[in-house]
Amino acid sequence: MNQLLRMTGSAAIDGTPIFSQLDLVLTPHSWTCLLGASGVGKSTVLRLFAGLAEGITFNGSLSKPGCVAMMAQQDLLMPWLSVMDNVLLGASLRGERADKPRARDRLEQVGLADHADKLPAALSGGQRQRVALARTLMEDRAVVLLDEPFSALDALTRAQMQELTAELLAGRTVLLVTHDPNEAARLGQTILIMTPTGLVDIAAPTSPIPRDIHAADVLRAQADLFDHLRRPT
Amino acid sequence: MTGWRAGIAATCLMLALWQTVIWTTGVARFILPPPALVAQTIWDSRALLAEHAVVTMAEVLIGLLLGAALGFVSAIGLVASPTARALVRPILVFSQSVPVFALAPILTLWLGFGLWSKITMALIIIYFPVTSSFFDALMRTNRDWIGLAKVMGASPARIMWHIRVPAALPGFASGLRLAAVYAPIGAIIGEWVGASKGLGYLMLLANGRAKTDLMFAALIVLAILTILLHAAVNKLCEKTLDRPE
Ligand SMILES: Nc1ncnc2c1ncn2[C@@H]1O[C@H](COP(=O)(O)OP(=O)(O)O)[C@@H](O)[C@H]1O
Ligand SMILES: [Mg+2]
Repeated sequence: MNQLLRMTGSAAIDGTPIFSQLDLVLTPHSWTCLLGASGVGKSTVLRLFAGLAEGITFNGSLSKPGCVAMMAQQDLLMPWLSVMDNVLLGASLRGERADKPRARDRLEQVGLADHADKLPAALSGGQRQRVALARTLMEDRAVVLLDEPFSALDALTRAQMQELTAELLAGRTVLLVTHDPNEAARLGQTILIMTPTGLVDIAAPTSPIPRDIHAADVLRAQADLFDHLRRPT
Repeated sequence: MTGWRAGIAATCLMLALWQTVIWTTGVARFILPPPALVAQTIWDSRALLAEHAVVTMAEVLIGLLLGAALGFVSAIGLVASPTARALVRPILVFSQSVPVFALAPILTLWLGFGLWSKITMALIIIYFPVTSSFFDALMRTNRDWIGLAKVMGASPARIMWHIRVPAALPGFASGLRLAAVYAPIGAIIGEWVGASKGLGYLMLLANGRAKTDLMFAALIVLAILTILLHAAVNKLCEKTLDRPE
């Protein structure tokens, strides 16, 4: 997937405008971080990319990314399915043969191979989110949409998840919605702030991701982002 | 098991109350027989009671199975098809405001004095609670789960079968629990209207012959069977349908 992913236009829900004059370009094979005040429409952008436009009136043009994988703040694990079956959910929903060895590899990658037969309720929040990551990897899509996937985790777990996710999603086109300037500074190769009047492009560090928490460019970008987010729009 | 202890304590209290009423009012035994006499009658007439209890339980169990199956299928159909929803829902709500017991004579007329008029009565009574609680649960499915399934490329039928139905099984279970209580009511009413077998029939028969002790015996057997049925359905739901969360 080398074609540019681009969304230009405006959206409304039930006649209420959500955003207008948006022009969002996703650079292929890199991480784009989208920040912005809550309610500004970040999740709406993600849903449009994902083809979940139900209830959203979109005016403009949208290059459909085709098949995408999605991961949200809630892990959305099915509580009645084992960890293994949750990872295999996509296959069973499409009526495909379940590729258990590959699912086991994915669980291995997120460090949960020993938990394959447990129910999600038996896992911690961080472990559950790792299962969601394994499920996302199992889908093996070129474009991955992440909607504040780590925001419910404690700081330490979050830092680990950021590193693991950056490592495992390397090479894919990723759109990460986040409210955490530190997260954007660690993971963003393009960093955008969404405002009611459009997108603001913030210079992202150029070092490879995941970046070290105390790297100078990360701290600088983080401070920069704080300033921008605080500035009244 | 505090539940068991509480149940036994409540039963003892009831028996004590019952005996006290007899001692203090001196009421005639053909109006209110003493507990000991009823217990004696249950033992002496155990073969008769068992014979009729088997019939009533057969009606109840078949009605329960059919009503649960029909409710399961209907709820899925209603959720899957907005047209069916628009057409059938008003009927369902309307049927709730009509006393369905009034149908019993008609069912007896149409289906005869045998099992089927009672099974149908039980089925009609439990159909609504099963359908509506399963339907509500299906409609409440987490939108984000459905969104995730769509992104994964699932068809509506697969979303129904792999996401909505399993997610709604606890709701189906609460419908079944209600049904286990209602089904015996349906069967007994059917028997009162016209039957030649069953505990409801036996109660009327005993009443007609002024055998109040036998009437009470049938009533108590019915109550025990209903409680056992509810406990069994409850256990089954806990084992298979409920979800710890
Ligand atoms: N289903 C809906 N019905 C009506 N309004 C909605 C709905 N979903 C979201 N909105 C509104 O759309 C706006 C953007 O929501 P969202 O995209 O979730 O924002 P963000 O993710 O940036 O916090 C919010 O103001 C929200 O109130
Ligand atoms: Mg959001």
